[in-house]
Amino acid sequence: MVPVFFGVTLVAFGFIRVLPGDPVEVLAGERGVSPERHAELLAQLGFDKPLWQQYFSYIGDIFQGDLGTSLITNRPVVEEFFELFPATAELGLCAILFALIIGIPAGIIAAIKRGTWIDQGIMSISLTGYSMPIFWWGLLLIMLFSNTLNLTPVSGRLSFLFDVPPVTGFMLIDTLLSDEKGSFLNALHHLVLPSIVLGTIPLAVIARQTRSAMLEVLSEDYVRTARAKGLSTYRVVAIHALRNAMITVVTVIGLQVSLLLAGAILTETIFGWPGIGKWIIFSVFSRDYFAVQGGLLLIATSIMIVNLIVDLLYGFINPRILHQKSKS
Amino acid sequence: MALLEIVNLTVDFATATGSLRAVDGINLTINEGEIVAIVGESGSGKSVGMLALMGLLPWTSTVTADRISFDGQDLLNMTEKQRRKIIGKDISMIFQEPMTSLNPCFTVGYQITEVLCQHFGGKRKSYNKKAIELLNQVGIPAAESRLNSFPHQLSGGMCQRVMIAMMIACKPKLLIADEPTTALDVTIQAQILELLIELQQSHGMALVLITHDMAVVAETAERVIVLYAGQQVEQRKVKELFDNPKHPYSEALLNALPERAQDKLLNAIPGVVPGQMDRPKGCLFSPRCNYAQELCSEEKAPLKDGILCHFPLDLSKSRKPKAINVETG
Repeated sequence: MVPVFFGVTLVAFGFIRVLPGDPVEVLAGERGVSPERHAELLAQLGFDKPLWQQYFSYIGDIFQGDLGTSLITNRPVVEEFFELFPATAELGLCAILFALIIGIPAGIIAAIKRGTWIDQGIMSISLTGYSMPIFWWGLLLIMLFSNTLNLTPVSGRLSFLFDVPPVTGFMLIDTLLSDEKGSFLNALHHLVLPSIVLGTIPLAVIARQTRSAMLEVLSEDYVRTARAKGLSTYRVVAIHALRNAMITVVTVIGLQVSLLLAGAILTETIFGWPGIGKWIIFSVFSRDYFAVQGGLLLIATSIMIVNLIVDLLYGFINPRILHQKSKS
Repeated sequence: MALLEIVNLTVDFATATGSLRAVDGINLTINEGEIVAIVGESGSGKSVGMLALMGLLPWTSTVTADRISFDGQDLLNMTEKQRRKIIGKDISMIFQEPMTSLNPCFTVGYQITEVLCQHFGGKRKSYNKKAIELLNQVGIPAAESRLNSFPHQLSGGMCQRVMIAMMIACKPKLLIADEPTTALDVTIQAQILELLIELQQSHGMALVLITHDMAVVAETAERVIVLYAGQQVEQRKVKELFDNPKHPYSEALLNALPERAQDKLLNAIPGVVPGQMDRPKGCLFSPRCNYAQELCSEEKAPLKDGILCHFPLDLSKSRKPKAINVETG
C-alpha cells in the first residue's frame, strides 16, 4: 500500500500542474493582472520554487496531517473534504446497494434460466444499461420522473423546507435523528434518482458477472452432490452455488467502487449533489492546486481502504484463503 | 420383491449436432442387500444411467423409461419435490472425484449434518454427535476435530470417506458408487472398497458399483451388468461371467486384464466406443468384434437370455479367441 500511496501523491501533484494556467490567473479573471503582480502573487503562494521543492513540501505537509488550504475558500482542504465526503459516500452506498439488490438476483435468475428468453432479456437490458452514458441517462430519468410524472425532486439532498442539523453528514441518518417530521422520506426521495443513475453501470456489470460465475459454479461436482443429497433447488442455488460464485462477484464489486467515484462526478453535477465529485471538478476548474492534490489523495486513499475491505471479505467467503494465510 | 426395477431406460442429450443417445434401453433389477457391478468402457453410459435414476442429469437431457420403481414407488411419474424426499435418503450416490464433490466453502460437519436436517428436520447442531459417529464409522481419525475442517484440508481418500459418511447418514436402502476409487491411489482404493463392502453388510443396503476395473468386480460383486455404447450387452452372475463370458465384448474385457495376458503384450480391444456420428448400422460392437460375421454389421443384435448378440460364445466348447495384440505404452 505504501508504494501505491506515493504513486498517488506524485500523480495528484503532477496532474494539476500539467494543466495550462495557474490559480492566480483564474482568480484574476477576465480583468487580468500585470506580469509583475502575477509573479509576486505566485511567489507569495510558493509556486515560484522549483517543482521538486514544491513536491517535497507537499509530502512533508502530508506527514504532518496537513493537506494545505484551499486557495479559493481559504479553508483547510481536509475540513472541506470531510464535510462533503458523507454526501458522496451516502450516494455511493445507496447506488451500490441498488446495484446489488437488483443485480445479484437478476444474474442468478439469468443463470438458472440460461438460454431462455428470460436470460436473453436480462442480459440485453444489462448490456443497454452498461452502454448508457450517465449524463444522458440521468437527464432522461429527470425528464420522465421529475418533469412529466412529478414524482421526484430534480436536485439537492433535502428540501429547503426542512432544517436538519448536520450530525453525521449522512442525510438519511441526520433526518432520522432530527425531529423534523417527514424529512427522512424527503431525503430518501432525493436519493432515489441519483442512486439509480449512479448504480446502473455497476448493476449491469454485477448482473453479468453473477450470471457467468453462477453458470460456472452450477456445473461443478459439489453442486451435483448437493442435489444428490435431496436438497431443495433454493438451498442448492442460494447456499451451495451462490457462496462459491460470490468469490468472483465480490472482486467485481470492489472494482466497481472505484469506478463509482468517477461516475459520482457526473451524477453529482447533474443532480446538484453537494459531494466530492462536484467539489473536485470545481477545484480543477479554478486551478485550486492544494484542493486538487489533497482531494485526489483522499479519494485514492478511500478507494484503497475499500479494496482492503474487499480483500478481508474474501477470507470470510472463501475459507481456503484464511487457512493459507494462517499456515504461512 | 425387487428393490429397484428399471425397464427400458433411455437417455438422450440434445447437442449442437443433434441428439445423442447415451443410454439405449437398459433394464436393471436390484434386490435388497445385493451388490451389483456395472462395467464398461468410458462412454458406455454407466454413470449417465445411474444419474438419470437420481435425477441429476443436466437440463439438456431427456430421460424416458417404461418403468422405474423403487421400493414400490413409481419414480418416473413423481414430481421433483417428491423425488427429493427419496434422493439422499433412501437412494444415495457417491461420485468419482472426491476432492471436487465436496463444497469447498463449507465445513465437513456442515455438509454432513445438512443432509440429516433435510430429511429428518430439526436443528443442524443437534446432529453433531451423529456426524461424529458417522465419521468414526468410515474410519476418519479424530472425528470430532474433523467436523470443523474444510475439504481442502483433507486428502482425496479422506474426502471420499467424508462423502461416504454423508451419503450413508440417512441409512439408504440403495447406495450407488460411481467409480468411487478411480481418483485415488491403489492402497487407498482397496481401503475404500473394503469400507463400502463392510458398510453394505452392516447396513444391509444394496450397492451398485459402477467401475471399469474388472478386478474390483471379481472381488466384490455378486452380479454384473456389462454395458457397451449405452446398451446392456450381458447380465450374469460374476463367477459365471468370469468363467464363461457369452458376449464377445465381455470376453474381450476379460482378456484385456493384465493378469490374463499370455505374452508381453496386452490383449487390448482395438478401436473406440462409437460416438454420435459413427454408430454402426447393425450390432454396435461389430466393428471391434473378433467374431463378427456379415449379419452382425447389417442387423441389430437380438436379446437372448440377457445377452445382446447374434452369435453368443460358449467357451465350454473351448473356442480359442483370435486376440489382436496391441503394444502397450
